Amino acid sequence: MENPMIDIKDVSKWYGTFQVLKDCTTSVRKGEVVVVCGPSGSGKSTLIKTVNALEPFQKGDILVNGISVGDPKTDLPKLRSKVGMVFQHFELFPHLSITENLALAQVKVLGRSRDEANERGLKLLDRVGLNAQAAKFPGQLSGGQQQRVAIARALSMDPIAMLFDEPTSALDPEMINEVLDVMVELAKEGMTMMVVTHEMGFARKVAHRVIFMDNGEIVEDATKDDFFGKPRSERAVLFLSKILQH
Amino acid sequence: MAFDFDVIQRSLPYLWKGFQYTVELTAIAASGGIFFGTLLALARLSSKRTLSLVASGYVNLMRSIPLVLVIFWFFFLVPMIVQGITGSERPPQVGAERTAIVTFIMFEAAYFCEIMRAGIQSIPKGQVYAAYALGLGYGQAMRLVVLPQAFRNMIPVLLTQIIILFQDTSLTYVISATDFLGAASKIGQRDGRLVEMYTFVAVVYFVISFTLSQLVKRLQKKIAVIR
Repeated sequence: MENPMIDIKDVSKWYGTFQVLKDCTTSVRKGEVVVVCGPSGSGKSTLIKTVNALEPFQKGDILVNGISVGDPKTDLPKLRSKVGMVFQHFELFPHLSITENLALAQVKVLGRSRDEANERGLKLLDRVGLNAQAAKFPGQLSGGQQQRVAIARALSMDPIAMLFDEPTSALDPEMINEVLDVMVELAKEGMTMMVVTHEMGFARKVAHRVIFMDNGEIVEDATKDDFFGKPRSERAVLFLSKILQH
Repeated sequence: MAFDFDVIQRSLPYLWKGFQYTVELTAIAASGGIFFGTLLALARLSSKRTLSLVASGYVNLMRSIPLVLVIFWFFFLVPMIVQGITGSERPPQVGAERTAIVTFIMFEAAYFCEIMRAGIQSIPKGQVYAAYALGLGYGQAMRLVVLPQAFRNMIPVLLTQIIILFQDTSLTYVISATDFLGAASKIGQRDGRLVEMYTFVAVVYFVISFTLSQLVKRLQKKIAVIR
């Protein structure tokens, strides 16, 4: 079997004496879509942030396309430039126009020319249905639009994998679908994705595997059908019953 | 006692030169102070303990000493240090104007540091995360993402500090620099017209500083609307 794109091995992390991640082990193969869910405070956002070293960890290692995240010799900016990340609060740069948001890292990190970067940016903006907004600033866009731009910005770096950290939980309900639609399309195109979300509809539709976390532990790591059909752990059953009730 | 305001008219060219020096000193000290203040702020916020300790030590020192003392201190100390380094027999003349520039940049850097530090801290951590996630390094993340926003948020405070600086530059008169106040007081002493000269200087300072702070207030409202 070929090496996984993201290989998380025995990762533990402490804040002082408080352990937020406990020996987490899992992996994401190329083209696989893995949904990470669990109650708040379970460590799922922390786990996904360790993958591109935004959160340091004290024990274990993570390999992204074979490159160690924990190795101090690893060129982290280079590694991060290959892994797209989408945040809960979009984090577009408010002092830059949409076009500039899309071009910044392409020019400064990948060394593309401004024309090339703008062209690529516009193409992606078109793909998320927002090319009319190119000249605007983030503050002039709705939350859903901002998040779609954020996805386009991450894609502009031609990432080998995409990380989503609760991409829809800061959105008004009527805007959630426009963002999920973009993500579903991305998944269908074969993008390797690790998604922290409570959107179980999304998980049912496109996920290959579902990881359930609680108290910093990976409690369940199963195929989608197994997870929704016959979850093994009591905690996962309880969690599912809570969020699927309505 | 009769006032003779004609003395102002007569000495206008000399006063103008002094005024130009005051504006020049303000501009240089402000840009230098903002530049080094920003570096100090980054050092204070650094995760490297020694760096942040040194920076905060410097800032606290400068902010705890009266400006007049700092000016005196540099005026006498800098020539001695230069002498020590070059090993010349007599302390070289650094000159009041140059001393003033160095002193004010170093002193103002401490105040601008605190303003920029607040500005940097006002930017959500997520912005830094987003910059890093795109592959930007620390320097790029600061220069392209954090500092432009911090600077924009802090413009009214920075301008207010520059107005204070504009008034504080008059302290250079203690080392006989010919700034606006220095020029006026030299003429006032020569012609025995100190009251007239000081009144004139006060009015000019008031008009300029008050007008500028009103403008800053308006700007502040405008920025609040945009945000």
